[in-house]
Amino acid sequence: MTVNAVETQMKKLIFALGLIGLSAAAVAQKSSTDSIAEYRQMLQDGNPADLFEAKGEDLWKQKRGPKNASLEKCDLGKGAGVFKGAWVELPRYFSDTGRVQDLESRLVTCMQELQGFNAEEIAKTPFGTGEQSNVTALATWISAESKGMKFNLSQSHIEERKMYEVGKRLFFLRGGSHDFSCATCHSQDDKRIRLQDLPNLTQNPGAGAGFGAWPAYRVSNGQMWGAQLRLNDCYRQQRFPYPLFGSDATIALGVYMGVNGKGGEAIAPAIKR
Amino acid sequence: MNRKYQISISAIAVALLTACAAPMPSGADLDKLTQDIVGRSFRDQGQAKLDRLSPDEDNRLCDESERTGVALDDKLTAQIEARNMKTIKAPADGKYLGDFKEGEKVAQSGAGKTWTDKADSVNGGNCYNCHRISKEELSYGTLGPSLYNYGKIRGVTNPSSAEAKPIVEYTWGKLQNARAYNACSNMPRFAHKGILTEAQIKNVMALLLDPASPVNK
Repeated sequence: MTVNAVETQMKKLIFALGLIGLSAAAVAQKSSTDSIAEYRQMLQDGNPADLFEAKGEDLWKQKRGPKNASLEKCDLGKGAGVFKGAWVELPRYFSDTGRVQDLESRLVTCMQELQGFNAEEIAKTPFGTGEQSNVTALATWISAESKGMKFNLSQSHIEERKMYEVGKRLFFLRGGSHDFSCATCHSQDDKRIRLQDLPNLTQNPGAGAGFGAWPAYRVSNGQMWGAQLRLNDCYRQQRFPYPLFGSDATIALGVYMGVNGKGGEAIAPAIKR
Repeated sequence: MNRKYQISISAIAVALLTACAAPMPSGADLDKLTQDIVGRSFRDQGQAKLDRLSPDEDNRLCDESERTGVALDDKLTAQIEARNMKTIKAPADGKYLGDFKEGEKVAQSGAGKTWTDKADSVNGGNCYNCHRISKEELSYGTLGPSLYNYGKIRGVTNPSSAEAKPIVEYTWGKLQNARAYNACSNMPRFAHKGILTEAQIKNVMALLLDPASPVNK
């Protein structure tokens, strides 16, 4: 399927799902958790993330960028070109960049090194536009290639252990006008905001299920969100300033949640409210 | 094996050993590293400026306690509460309660202070995000305790009476700055941090304490 065909089909599906989402939301407001469960069940029947997966696979193989090259030699941590099982071991340390990187920041490194794109420009591009939407599609496909596998992030390199400790500190860092930290909402079991269940990201099953669900397709806005955008919007709601794409803070949080989720099953790309 | 190879292999081995043998930094060094990373990982956007990450001693102490699972000692707890208590101001006109219908609007709204909110827009209290409040609203969060029947349970029949005064003043203080009563409360400091105006807080007071409010039905 071509990228254009995928996009046309996607738009149709998003429209249909939007209608279901609207009526289901109205029902959810009126009644109990039963109708919410029913609504979630309805959504499982079709996940538009499939279309982003197809687009991502296409982008991986396509010759693109100033160097007119594909990403098929991209090293996501398991060797050049290995994508199966790569996602459940990310973020990890990469000796070529000397950094711990998550899936999205690593894809941008490959786009720069192999295809000649400008990594800084991509990092500055708003989510859902230009090359950023391509990064999201690629991440969707790569994550899907680990579906059903168990999270197993490495903590053998000292930089990985340092990033875990930094991530833990960031998770508990209160800030912004409201003094919210990640832990305010995500350090206890069985809590919710309004009717939205909150995963406890300090341990399993919450850490594996919560961290392991992104990239996910969001029915409420008809968008595919990668982990970077998920964290970005958490920080927006925490009333923090804007986290830079692929910044060490966002990657450290990924290490913290991913290591906490060790052994949890990868379900991405998931479907979310 | 040729000598050149041997040298490069031993160089790699040394590099690997160094990487593995490097000791983990101390807790203080990791705190410093975290600060450095925070310093280079965010930028201003809209009204959400970098000063929102300025060090705050109350938060630093609570963050560390929650991260390590070691409760704050009594002395530090008392210090945080005393510092925050000082920020609480009684209403300028002496009136603590406003309009409960307006208070419900404040409780419903989660708007305000994010980088997508206009700086001059009206902020909400986010109350229903964490608390059950009126019986009618089923979409409520569970991070905070239920506030349904708040005034009724506490025996408030006339909020202007002398008997009601302690609970009225406590509720006022709690809405102004919750950390004056619970050092590491998760509740935002609504007046101290400029989230809600005095008039909005009066309206939330009425929602909780006015016997005519649906909360107390």
